[in-house]
Parts: sequence; C-alpha cells; structure tokens
Amino acid sequence: MNALVPLVVLLPLLGAAATLILGKRPKLQRIVTIVVLAAVLVVSSVMLGIVDATSPLVVEVGGWAAPFGIVLIVDRLSALMLVVSATVLLAVLIFSVGQGLADGDDETPVSIYHPTYLILATGVFNAFIAGDLFNLYVGFEILLVASYVLITLGGTQQRIRAGVTYIVVSLLSSLLFLASIAMIYGAVGTVNIAQISLRMDTIPVDVQIVLHVMLLVAFGIKAAVFPLSFWLPDSYPTAPAPVTAVFAGLLTKVGVYAIIRTETVIFPGTELNGALMILALLTMVVGVLGAVAQADIKRLLSFTLVSHIGYMILGVALGSAEGTSAAIFYIVHHIVVQTTLFLTTGLIERTGGSTSINRLGGLLRASPVIAVLFFIPALNLGGIPPFSGFIGKLALFEASAEQGTPLAYTLIGAGALVSLLTLYALVRVWNMVFWRPAADVAEYESPLLDNISEAPNTLLTQQKRSIPALMVAATGGMVAVSIALTVFAGPLYAVSSRAGENLEGPSFYVNLVFPGARDD
Amino acid sequence: MSVSLVLVVLMAVLYASGVYLMLEKSLTRVLLGFLLVGNATNLLLLIMAGRAGLAPIVGGDVTPEQMTDPLPQALILTAIVITFGVSAFLMALLYRSWRLSQGDSLEDDADDVAMRRRGDTSIANDEADSAPADSEFGADHADAPSATARGAAPDGDRR
Repeated sequence: MNALVPLVVLLPLLGAAATLILGKRPKLQRIVTIVVLAAVLVVSSVMLGIVDATSPLVVEVGGWAAPFGIVLIVDRLSALMLVVSATVLLAVLIFSVGQGLADGDDETPVSIYHPTYLILATGVFNAFIAGDLFNLYVGFEILLVASYVLITLGGTQQRIRAGVTYIVVSLLSSLLFLASIAMIYGAVGTVNIAQISLRMDTIPVDVQIVLHVMLLVAFGIKAAVFPLSFWLPDSYPTAPAPVTAVFAGLLTKVGVYAIIRTETVIFPGTELNGALMILALLTMVVGVLGAVAQADIKRLLSFTLVSHIGYMILGVALGSAEGTSAAIFYIVHHIVVQTTLFLTTGLIERTGGSTSINRLGGLLRASPVIAVLFFIPALNLGGIPPFSGFIGKLALFEASAEQGTPLAYTLIGAGALVSLLTLYALVRVWNMVFWRPAADVAEYESPLLDNISEAPNTLLTQQKRSIPALMVAATGGMVAVSIALTVFAGPLYAVSSRAGENLEGPSFYVNLVFPGARDD
Repeated sequence: MSVSLVLVVLMAVLYASGVYLMLEKSLTRVLLGFLLVGNATNLLLLIMAGRAGLAPIVGGDVTPEQMTDPLPQALILTAIVITFGVSAFLMALLYRSWRLSQGDSLEDDADDVAMRRRGDTSIANDEADSAPADSEFGADHADAPSATARGAAPDGDRR
C-alpha cells in the first residue's frame, strides 16, 4: 500500500506536463485536469482509510534508508489534509471550468491555467507528505511559484500591483525558511524531521529557541499570523474568483500545517507556547476588526481568513493532544467553509456586477439559490450551532479551559467575541446584499454602513454576467461538503482526535522513521 | 566547526545590502535585492558545511575525515535553480509592470489609501507629489509627452 503515497505528487505533476502539451486543445485539457484531481481524491481517501485503520505509511524514496534518503510520511494528519485539499481543488477546478466555458476564456488564459493549477496541487500535496525539512521547502516553492503565476493571471495593472506585494513577501519568507534550514543543519547535521527531533535535545536551549523562532517566522508569514498577515488582504481580493478561493482555503493552511509539525515534532518543548497564544489572540482580534471595517466582500472575507487563523494557532499553542485535535478539526472545517464563501462571492460578483456592499442589493429576489449558498456557509463561519464552525470552536474552548490558565480563559473570551464579530460582518453583508431591495441602494442610509471604507474606484460597476449551471453546481457541492462536515462531525472529530493523540510528543512520529529510537 | 571568516563577512554584506534593496519601492531594486539575499542564503548553507576538504568520493584514498560535507552543496544547487526560476518570473513581471505604467514602482493599495485618508486629510496632497518621482524610468519620460511615450513602445499594449 506504500505505492499509493508518491502517487499524490506524481499524478498532478504528470498531469501538468500532459495539459501543457495539450495547450491547443482546451476540452482535452479540462478532462485531463479533472480526471487527475479526481484520481488524487480517490487515492488520498483510500490512504486515509488505511492509515486510520492500520498504521501510517512511510516510504523511503528510491530505497535509500531513512537519514540518507528522503522519506515521505502519511500519518492521520497528512491523510486528512490530503483528502480535504483534493476535494477543494477539485471543486474549485469545476467552478473555474464553468466560468471559462461561459466567458470564452478571456479572463483566464486557459492554456497555462490548467498546468499551473496542477503544479499548485503538486506543491500542496508534496508539502503534506514531506518527512524531510528540505523536501517541505521544495513543496512550498512549487506551490508558491505556481501561485505567483495564478495571482497575476492576465497581467492587468491591478493584479500586477497586488501580485507584487504577495510575491515579495513570499520570497522573503522562503529565503527565511531556507536560512532556517541552513542553521538547523549547522546545529544538528541533518534535515530529516525525525532525526532533527532526536538530536534537538543535544543542543543548548538558547540555540533551540533561535532556530524555533526562525522557523515560526517563516511559517507565520505563509500562514498569515499577526503581525505577519498584512500582505494577505492586500493581495488576495484582486485575483480571479476561483484562484482567490483556492488560495484562501489552502495556502495559509499549508503554513499552519507546517507550524503543527514544528510545534509537535521538531520543537515539542513548551518555551514559546505562551508567546504563540498571545499571537493567536492578536491574530483573531486584529483580523476581525479589519473585517468589520470593509465594504468589499472579498476583502472582508480575506480579513476573516486572517482572524480565523488565530483559532488554529490557539489550538496548536495549547500544546495538548486535545488542543491539536481541535486545531486539526478546525483546519478541515475552515478550508471548506472559507473556500465556499469565496466561490459564492464569485457568483455574487457575476450576478450583481460588484462585490461592494454599498452597491449591491436585492439579490435574494434576483437569485435565491445564491442567497442560500451564501447564508449556510456564513452562519457556519460565524459559529452558529449546529454547524461545524460551532463544533470546532467549542472543542478549542474546551481544550483551552482544560489548561485553565488566565491567558487560556482570556482566549476563550476573545474567541467568542471574534466569532460574534465575524457573524456581525457576514450578517451585514446578508442584510445589504440580499435583503435590501435593489431600488433602495442609491440613497440608502443605515448606521450599519457608517463606518466602512473602500477605495473610490471600486464604485465602478462591472458588467453583469450570466451564471453557468456548472459554477452553481460546484459551489453547491462545496456547501454540501460543509454540511456533511456537520452531519458527520462525530466520525470526523474521532479521526482528528486520533491524529491529535499521535502528535502528542514527537515519539510517535520519530518511531515511524526510526523504529524504537524513542521509547518515552 | 571552523569556518572561513571571508565567507562570513561576505554573507553579512550580501544580506545587509540585499535587505536594503528589497525594502525599496522600485521593482528593479527588489529583484537585485532578492538575488543578493538568495546568494547570501546559499553562502550560509555553504558555511554550515563546516571545514572545506577533499571531494567526497568513496573508494579512493580519501578518508571520511578529509572529505567536504556534500549535502549542503546539493541543497545549494536546488536553491540556485529555484532562485533562477523565480528571478526569471520576476523579470517578466517587472517588464509587464513597466509596459503597463511606464514605471516600475509599487503603488499603494487603493483601499488602504482610502482607509488612511479617513484619518488624515493631508495624505491626499502628499500622494499627488510623490507618485512618479521615485520611478526608475520616470526621468526618461518626464520631458516627453506621455502620449508619445506610449506610442513609441513597439507593439504597445493593446488596451
């Protein structure tokens, strides 16, 4: 069954090559991309089944034994992340195919879109199965380079401007990551994650903290943890709707995944947990305050994305199996819901011709389907029971209460407040965009709109376009998945809590690569 | 672990100048800064290999103690390839940005400016003065009317 592991990277990589060759035949290109991602979804679901029922899969690439060769590891966390990201990638792909078919591809140059998208998938999957710090870096680079192309797709002035911010910040974080790898290699003489974990105890604590902080800063930029989050709301909203959706859902979560590995395997000590909790608090509060002040739905959602990264960091910072389990569940929930909301915003933009809540109105009457597709994930993100957002937050709060320190209780309070403010921001969108009659938009006055700002040029309304059934189907599919996360929250939470237990202390992970190396 | 002082000093100088350049608004300088910081990081990897030695070829007269650590060199090679690809992309981006605006300086985010303006009314005036001044290409086009500058560009942007 180990043969399945490399497939999740190989299939999209070969698919990218095939779609590049098929550049002149868009129909065949679409089929190849969809088939490849569906195959990855099947493979990763099978792996999740195997890993959860038996033991994690460990592959030594090329048959070279562990510290010398590269290891690929699929444990419960990796398998879960693979399944969710494959689902999201597939749904967003179908959405963009629908958009491309309707618009005749003038927005997205189709010949490079599909290969780049598959390269992005390769990078994401590679990062999730890497058992080696340098391989993780390569995975990050693959997905980042693909994301540079996607965020500047079409090369309009606005996208170049937004893309440059994103690219320069990502470059800096990559170089910082590479420098951290160099320092870690200098300190412990290996880049294999399990071996680093074994040798980390032998070096002085102050050196450990320097290395730890370097890695956290590099991953913190990618995960958009405050104060390293400023780039995200600047750059994400201008990209095409499907690109923003997949970036918002997946790219920051790859950073959070790397932080989980860092905190549980490489540096299992608790020295920085207090600092991380304070950062989680600031990320939640600052992010949501940004969201409350925005008029543009895409920017508002980008700020809530930053804010909700704080919840995941909180779970990791608790340093307990319960906290990690809750964080894993929250990541799964958030990937699905955030992507869905961005897809729905893409639909709103097409129907209403704008994404500004100052300009939109009467969409409930114009398009009740979109209203439903917005309302369900909006309540879910806001943490209304019985949705998965509520379950995830409840699990996080329980794990925090178990720790019982004043800081943990402060975070529970802040978390509840942030979830209310998220709900406020999203319900305001609902009130303005869906409930407000279209005729009232011009001279509408409400205290809800008093304190929000936007750039003057966004008032220009774009051309309204029809909505292909395929786009609605893809968004509806994602909403169905988010409801499934709620309905099957029991089994899902059981898997993530088993994943969290495996990550309590580094010994489980280390023993996968070097059996019997740690017996604590 | 003994390391060469020259390498350390060189790395520090590259890092310092690279970070300085990356903080500029002009994209050309950001690109140059990225190249310097990238090379500084490669040097850091090389320094972490420790003392320089003989080629690590097993089976000859070289004992393991005399060998250079080969792994950092493999890592550097990978990093060089990645830096190369990214710089190629950055240059394409820079060219595109120059074609669009006849200048390569990074503009502020429109929504951020709107947000700032609510707090401070003096910003609006500052901006009008400072916008084209720090552009790398601003001087070339300052004396020519902008219409001819656009027209002169071969196969200029269709938009």
